[in-house]
Amino acid sequence: MSANATGSSSSLDYRQQSPAVAERFKKLKDRPVVLEVRDLTRVFPTAKGGEVTALRGLNFHVHRRELMCILGPSGCGKSTLIRLLAGLDEPSSGEVRLDGKPAVGPSPDRGMVFQGYTLFPWLTVKRNVMFGLRMGGMESDEASREALQWLDLVGLAKFKDAYPHQLSGGMKQRVAIARALANNPRILLMDEPFGALDAQTRAQMQTHLLEIWRNVDVTILFITHDLDEAIYLADRILVLKAHPGEVQELIEVSVPRPRHPAQSNSPEFLATKRRLEELIHPRAEPTSQPMEKLPIIRLTHAGDDVE
Amino acid sequence: MPRSRWFAIGKEPPPRVRLVLTFLSFLLPVALWALISYVPWIWHPLIRVNDPGTVAWFTPGLLVERAVFAEENAKVVATPDARVATGERANPVFLPPPHAVARALWTAFATKPVLKGDTWLHESLALSIRTIFWGFVISSLLGVPLGILCGAYPPFARLVEPAIDFVRYMPAPAFGALAVAVLGIFSAPKIAIIVVGTFFQQVLVIANTVRRHDTALIEAAQTLGARRRQLLLHVIVPGCLVELYNDQRILLGWAWTYLIVAEVVGVSSGITFFINQQAKYRNFDNVYAAIILIGIIGLVTDQGLAFLGRRIFPWQTRQPSRLRAFLALLGRQGGSNA
Repeated sequence: MSANATGSSSSLDYRQQSPAVAERFKKLKDRPVVLEVRDLTRVFPTAKGGEVTALRGLNFHVHRRELMCILGPSGCGKSTLIRLLAGLDEPSSGEVRLDGKPAVGPSPDRGMVFQGYTLFPWLTVKRNVMFGLRMGGMESDEASREALQWLDLVGLAKFKDAYPHQLSGGMKQRVAIARALANNPRILLMDEPFGALDAQTRAQMQTHLLEIWRNVDVTILFITHDLDEAIYLADRILVLKAHPGEVQELIEVSVPRPRHPAQSNSPEFLATKRRLEELIHPRAEPTSQPMEKLPIIRLTHAGDDVE
Repeated sequence: MPRSRWFAIGKEPPPRVRLVLTFLSFLLPVALWALISYVPWIWHPLIRVNDPGTVAWFTPGLLVERAVFAEENAKVVATPDARVATGERANPVFLPPPHAVARALWTAFATKPVLKGDTWLHESLALSIRTIFWGFVISSLLGVPLGILCGAYPPFARLVEPAIDFVRYMPAPAFGALAVAVLGIFSAPKIAIIVVGTFFQQVLVIANTVRRHDTALIEAAQTLGARRRQLLLHVIVPGCLVELYNDQRILLGWAWTYLIVAEVVGVSSGITFFINQQAKYRNFDNVYAAIILIGIIGLVTDQGLAFLGRRIFPWQTRQPSRLRAFLALLGRQGGSNA
């Protein structure tokens, strides 16, 4: 693997880990495997009778209390993958195992947070969080108590009687996280959960998520297309490539924990980001759409220049 | 309001303007009606004879076409000892002026039935409302669950909807004779016509509404552990409750349409009987009064249901009922005046 592809501006290899970080990863890998993906393939039939391979031969596993990010260009099958993991779609071949047992069909032990919030608009915030507990047969009083604890955790206890349409995007997503966590899932699947939020709210939510993850016994699989988000959050980043979706590399993020936003200028962060950029936007390879060669005609007066 | 505001797409005017427009919506047709009724040189195609003069067949109060009136007078002028008929321009008897209808609205309730067996207006109305109520309740008890079933589970839709689509095209009144043969001549066949008229549309409308349900919410519920029946009862039904409620409001309007045909089946009864009877006596002011009453009942029911809907569904933000908006506005203005 050519780690020096970006030239000599930085000497740090993204794979180089400080002893503390290396020790963390050793401990992480000693923890039991929660989610195991084996030869996962998903082929979709096309309208013309052909086939499109969205994912091909995916293999990876996630350890208990790990926070793994899945990163890839658009069309790499990120969403297909998370739907397969959640049981909302069935693989063409291969399997998903949770705690060593095959996971088929949707189940509350694989909680999911969607990009589009998907709160139930007819339920109050508290009742949204209670939903999974009630479906599992818990008594209303007890479910209500638990829901309030989870709302406390995401800082929304005040809004327990509000309806989703009264909340901002960030608040809605916090409710959705509380709702998924209330079921005590073995793994929390998050499909670009902060993608629809503005930059500032997004940064707050990332910090918030790390806070929750530190305090709650939960394993998180987080899909994103944002490189900085992936590095800031993840223990390991699974990089996919598109057409068909395949594992390109599993990167161990060498940025030490606890993470904070100031680390985005640290050498480890920059080295990892450079590597991700190489993988996601390969330089030499001519991409399918040569952006530089757009045939733009000049439509302003001569001398009316902006740069 | 500046001119550009009228044609700004999707932009609601301010509340005060909205209220004025709502009033105008009723006021303009009434104003047009008043214009035609009270301004003698607008329309008024007939002449009401005051003094018949020497025209043999004219009598005071007779309505004749203007051309005929002029022709007769021309003939009369040619003869000796002539006295021309006089009269004033009038509208046909089927267009009573607004004040006559307004008066009729008042007096219709107070007027004793002409014949024995005729009914008071309020009795006719009560009977009609009862017919609608039972027709709609029976139709809904069958149609709503079936519609939800079809909307939620495609195999049911495949089984049920083709046949319903077929029957839907048969006009409900076509079943009139059959209904009378089976159910007798009184209320039962009328209720049956309303059920037939409403039910088939209802199943399809409700099924379509349920089908439009947000699949993302169903998937979210599945990842939270909801299973088949739970999905139906806790996600699909509550998720489209607001739309179902609004569908029911629209369907209730259709039920009123079928009422008019239903009520002539078997023994004619209810508001339709009243209207036909009054038309027979050429009391067109009473006819208009009755038709307007149906409109008022419909509007009040619908806006009442919309108002109620806002109470039942506190999470819905769209389309406040007009009644509520109106009350809110009155409240606000009362508040600012005080």
